[in-house]
Amino acid sequence: MIKAILIFNNHGKPRLIRFYQYFSEDMQQQIIRETFHLVSKRDDNVCNFLEGGSLIGGSDYKLIYRHYATLYFVFCVDSSESELGILDLIQVFVETLDKCFENVCELDLIFHMDKVHYILQEVVMGGMVLETNMNEIVAQVEVQNRMEKSEGGLSAAPARAVSAVKNMNLPEIPRNINIGDINIKVPSLSPF
Amino acid sequence: MALKIVKGSIDRMFDKNLQDLVRGIRNHKEDEAKYISTCIDEIKQELKQDNIAVKANAVCKLTYLQMLGYDVSWAAFNIVEVMSSSKFTYKRIGYLAASQCFHESTDVIMLTTNQIRKDLSSPNQYDTGVALTGLSCFVTPDLARDLANDIMTLMSHTKPYIRKKAVLIMYKVFLKYPESLRPAFPRLKEKLEDPDPGVQSAAVNVICELARRNPKNYLSLAPLFFKLMTSSTNNWVLIKIIKLFGALTPLEPRLGKKLIEPLTNLIHSTSAMSLLYECVNTVIAVLISLSSGMPNHSASIQLCVQKLRILIEDSDQNLKYLGLLAMSKILKTHPKSVQSHKDLILQCLDDKDESIRLRALDLLYGMVSKKNLMEIVKKLMLHVDKAEGTTYRDELLTKIIDICSQSNYQYITNFEWYISILVELTRLEGTRHGHLIASQMLDVAIRVKAIRAFAVAQMATLLDNAHLLTGNTQRNGICEVLYAAAWICGEFSEHLENPMQTLEAMLRPKVATLPGHIQAVYVQNAAKLFATVLKGEEGNTDGTAAQEASQLMIDRLPLFVQSANLEVQERASCILQLVKYIQKLQQKDVEVAEEVNALFAGELNPVAPKAQKKVPVPEGLDLDAWINEPPSESESEDEQPKAIFAKEEPKHSRPRHTEVDEKELARRREARKQEQANNPFYIKASPSSQKVYQEAPGVEHIPVVQIDLNVPLKVPGLPMSDQYVKMEEERRQKERAEKKKKEKKKRKEKRSGRGKKHDSAPESEEDITPAHMVDIVTEEMPENALPSDDDERDPTDPHKALDIDLDKPLADSEKLPVRSHRAAESQKSPTDGETENATLQEPKKKSSKEKREKKKDKERDRKKSKEEKKKKKHKHEDKEEDLLGGQADEPVLQSEETSQVADPPTSSSTTAEEAATVAAAAPEPSVTAPDSEPDEPKDTEMEETKSSKHKKKKQKKEKEEKEKKKKKKHHHHHHHHSDGAGEESVQNGTVEEEEPLPPMSNYCLLAENSYIKMMMEDADEVYDIQGNLQDGSQVVVSVIFENKCNSFLKSMEFNVLDSLNSKLQRPEGSGPHDGLVVPFQLPPGVSNEARFVFTVQSIVMPQKLKGTLTFIVKNEDDSTHEKLDFKLHFTCTSYLITTPCYSDAFAKLLESGDLKSSSIRLEGVNMPFHHLLARICFHHHFSVVERIDSCASMYSRSIQGHHVCLLVKTSAQTVSIDAKCDEPTLLGNVLDEIKQTFSQC
Repeated sequence: MIKAILIFNNHGKPRLIRFYQYFSEDMQQQIIRETFHLVSKRDDNVCNFLEGGSLIGGSDYKLIYRHYATLYFVFCVDSSESELGILDLIQVFVETLDKCFENVCELDLIFHMDKVHYILQEVVMGGMVLETNMNEIVAQVEVQNRMEKSEGGLSAAPARAVSAVKNMNLPEIPRNINIGDINIKVPSLSPF
Repeated sequence: MALKIVKGSIDRMFDKNLQDLVRGIRNHKEDEAKYISTCIDEIKQELKQDNIAVKANAVCKLTYLQMLGYDVSWAAFNIVEVMSSSKFTYKRIGYLAASQCFHESTDVIMLTTNQIRKDLSSPNQYDTGVALTGLSCFVTPDLARDLANDIMTLMSHTKPYIRKKAVLIMYKVFLKYPESLRPAFPRLKEKLEDPDPGVQSAAVNVICELARRNPKNYLSLAPLFFKLMTSSTNNWVLIKIIKLFGALTPLEPRLGKKLIEPLTNLIHSTSAMSLLYECVNTVIAVLISLSSGMPNHSASIQLCVQKLRILIEDSDQNLKYLGLLAMSKILKTHPKSVQSHKDLILQCLDDKDESIRLRALDLLYGMVSKKNLMEIVKKLMLHVDKAEGTTYRDELLTKIIDICSQSNYQYITNFEWYISILVELTRLEGTRHGHLIASQMLDVAIRVKAIRAFAVAQMATLLDNAHLLTGNTQRNGICEVLYAAAWICGEFSEHLENPMQTLEAMLRPKVATLPGHIQAVYVQNAAKLFATVLKGEEGNTDGTAAQEASQLMIDRLPLFVQSANLEVQERASCILQLVKYIQKLQQKDVEVAEEVNALFAGELNPVAPKAQKKVPVPEGLDLDAWINEPPSESESEDEQPKAIFAKEEPKHSRPRHTEVDEKELARRREARKQEQANNPFYIKASPSSQKVYQEAPGVEHIPVVQIDLNVPLKVPGLPMSDQYVKMEEERRQKERAEKKKKEKKKRKEKRSGRGKKHDSAPESEEDITPAHMVDIVTEEMPENALPSDDDERDPTDPHKALDIDLDKPLADSEKLPVRSHRAAESQKSPTDGETENATLQEPKKKSSKEKREKKKDKERDRKKSKEEKKKKKHKHEDKEEDLLGGQADEPVLQSEETSQVADPPTSSSTTAEEAATVAAAAPEPSVTAPDSEPDEPKDTEMEETKSSKHKKKKQKKEKEEKEKKKKKKHHHHHHHHSDGAGEESVQNGTVEEEEPLPPMSNYCLLAENSYIKMMMEDADEVYDIQGNLQDGSQVVVSVIFENKCNSFLKSMEFNVLDSLNSKLQRPEGSGPHDGLVVPFQLPPGVSNEARFVFTVQSIVMPQKLKGTLTFIVKNEDDSTHEKLDFKLHFTCTSYLITTPCYSDAFAKLLESGDLKSSSIRLEGVNMPFHHLLARICFHHHFSVVERIDSCASMYSRSIQGHHVCLLVKTSAQTVSIDAKCDEPTLLGNVLDEIKQTFSQC
């Protein structure tokens, strides 16, 4: 089981949090801080597994994370999950994001947290891995996006917002997440 | 229409969407909190608006704020509103918000049940998907119970997308509602072989999660998984299965043997590291379970270790980490294979990655032997010095202690060395583990008698240099060590060289800065030391030393008397008075030493941690019984101010027990003494501990090294443990030499090893004898201790409830709760309560009422099975399905068989219904045992297969028809989730607390004579909702037959005189006047239900059909033919189907202008409005669209698609109903019927 999925940036700002077990908001923030503290002080060339923090889980739980450019993707899982499998799952998730957002960057996650959630929902459900095939995930997400579009969408012009954002000159626009060069040599599960 | 119509208007009035909010927050870096609070105010305004789009947008923003740590639970109700929007876009937002912030104690969750159910059965698979995803995050026990059946149905959905979600969510449902596991399991198992790999993977996932917690219940699935493992190519599935096998093998070693080969093959063949790694893991698990160490498996172990070595040597840190992790598992059973890689592991201790270092440390734990312990610990001590972070250093510290203390200090050959290691560890700055070191010191000093003298000397030095430890108040953790030091010096003060000096050290003023509990120990042990000093000076004629000691105590103790700590104060003042008295006696030259020593006589022995729990409860003692009657409530209120003393109460109760058991206690004490006398490991109160060793059996050959106290004690602060390594080396060499000599002498003599411990370490390991007698005092357990070790499992573990035997065939009572069909039942609990109240007053009515309840239950089951049947496509599935459905109503199938023998299936048109009818018709005791579950014969697998075969045959014929039916499935669904008018009104948010509804029943008496009673529920289930008008529509009538006489009723035939408009559906080939055989017989007092299908042409008018029931009354000796006439009354209402309608659609419908209107007024209706609505919903099959105060709009639809809309208003006792319908005749009749309903009450 996956207990929580956290995405935060290099400064510990949460970009997406998804707990599969109830924690109060305060506790959630504490967990994010603790996890960030644990993860951020690790070099990039150390292993991607961490014994769970004191707040979340316990001895049975592990933090499995990947660091992409400005973002940390952290999964908190118990011993029923394969460590390398989860690492691959993170990769699949990020690649899916990359496909859905067309070259994803941190800004996409910032402004479209809801969409990231919807994508995640097609990958993990209730703490269990739902789908690992990227094409399948992307297909389902796209069908749902089309449905949304046909209903007129939430706001009339999501495109307008995106373009506005892209034109804004924000001081710390992060670099694109470059999926290409973070191919940390993970023994890949041959195609799921 | 005074209805407030919310139309899905497109105008978007909101000014800020999620992106704007995010942008705003980013632009207000300095006053973020202030900005967000204004945003929240805006959101609150938006949520007040009627436009669902505005609300959805607001909820979407809240979801973002929730991520930033803002509590948004106040908007829970709005979230539910957005969830229930008909648009997918909004619904998805609602469910996302709900999944982020709902949890079990969110009270609005209970309002969502119907909405979720509706979404689950939505024709749009993504609505269903979104609902399933959301539900998986906030499912509660109530939701799980209410929706289990719906979800189970979805497991056979046509879309794999829904199937896999439904399968996954079942795990959550099981966790919250364990009763669902058994009924749902067969289908879950079926999904293991689903054609879609995603669904299959989900099923494997769920079963693996289940099996991980309660593996023994899933052993029977092993062959299936084995098949999957050898056939699947999906690595994800393979990993899960292989992990599952890892959990199963410890329970079934034979499985393990079978697994070795395919796993080994996988290890050799796979290129995926993750799979390789899991294979190795499982092979290890298998080998552990086969710990008997079969020779041909050593190859497997070698293979594993070799593969792991490759992983550890890999440059990828992740692989290195996992390699070490797996290695530690092998270590437990095959330490030898791992120990040969010690170099590699020690190398990992120097890795820059902390996780890897920690794993390597774990491994060291299992790799130590007597031979290398000192060496390894030495290396670790070096790391302790180097370690920069306190966490890692603390980890090292605990590991050192763990390694040394494991299995009762098995590997420690020289305890002096260990004590000096502990003393060295006290020099660690800022460690949190002072108490750990302290407890080790205490443990060793108490349990290893030979070391006491040495330990006491070391502790005395520690006490003397206490300022080094307490110098910095920040490093508080380590001063715990002083607690141990003081206690050891006091308790074993006879070993002290210079007790006076230690006494002085313990009474220094600086001690007062220590934590209270340590001071208390200081004071108490100062008294012990004092006693020792007195004893030492006993012989001396000049008692100056003794008097000095008394004076010292009297001088220093007042400091402690003033302590703020109660414990310290109390002990100090007690001891101070005592010493003062002793001083007086000393001045009179009275010898007091012996009396003072008697204060501290006796020895303390360690008590096992579980000892308290293991004390058996004596026979006849009821711990739950009141000792005193509980005080009345008024009394307890009076006592409130005394609450501070509440703690004393248990103490009062305890002596009572002992009084009772005084004799028993004495007996036990005797027994314990006896046992202790016989226990070689129990150290008796003998004055010299050294002696004990020499007397102990079987240890003569162990050379006891006299502790050389002349070795100058090192000043703490200098490392000294190293010297022991050297000493030990020399000692061993000497021993070896001696041993060789000995062995030459007694070559043929068996080598005497300490057989108790079976280390598989090399031979030389056995030869290493400890420097000290490792006679470790065992921990005390109460006599008669219960041997059970059942205290391992956490009682709060949710998985405990899932420890359910899944192989046992399903019992009748085990079915998922199926939602009721009618409004009254959706409000079941209040109704039940009412019924109960009623039964208290009218016991006579009880049985019949309960019977009705039961009937309904029955009916629900029937519907369920029917529904399932209709979904089937393949014959194969059909069969499986029947196994499942049939299990619920097994006897049914039996009775079907009998009936089929008499009346072979011939028709194609009615058999489906008939089968369904039959399927529900189980004999049921009603009058005699109304409370018990139907006392039906136990089902067996034999019967199941037989009957399912039977069905299969039948289904062949019915297949065609069924497929036709299947198309209409969705309507069926509609029909199903349309219940609960009462609930719906709650959902609309206007009804909060209302009186419970009176019980309602749809059954009316049809006819009755002295033999039999017929009750009818009209038009319960309706097919052919759309189209097929030429063929007419079908109406199903349920009739309950109740045997009222004492004879057996059989050969019942049901016949109706068809009218032009309505016809009874008869099996093909039978004439228009033939009766239908009722497919069951009725023993005395039993009732049962049969269903008959009628074809109706026009539904605008009510119908009356005359009919006759003929039957044979069979007595013991004779039998008579009897008949009963009845009239079937088809009201117009019975052609209406409860259909939900959204307010916007409703509004559109009214605006369309196609409808004719009509109205009625009801006078003198004296009931609450919601009762009125519930009655209309229940009796006339309407659903509430919207309700505002005392005004409600309702909707229903006829089987031929007529819309019927009502607007019900009430004021005082007058109810006015305005109605619209596209068929005025139908409307008029329906209104008349409504009027009649209310005129009756």
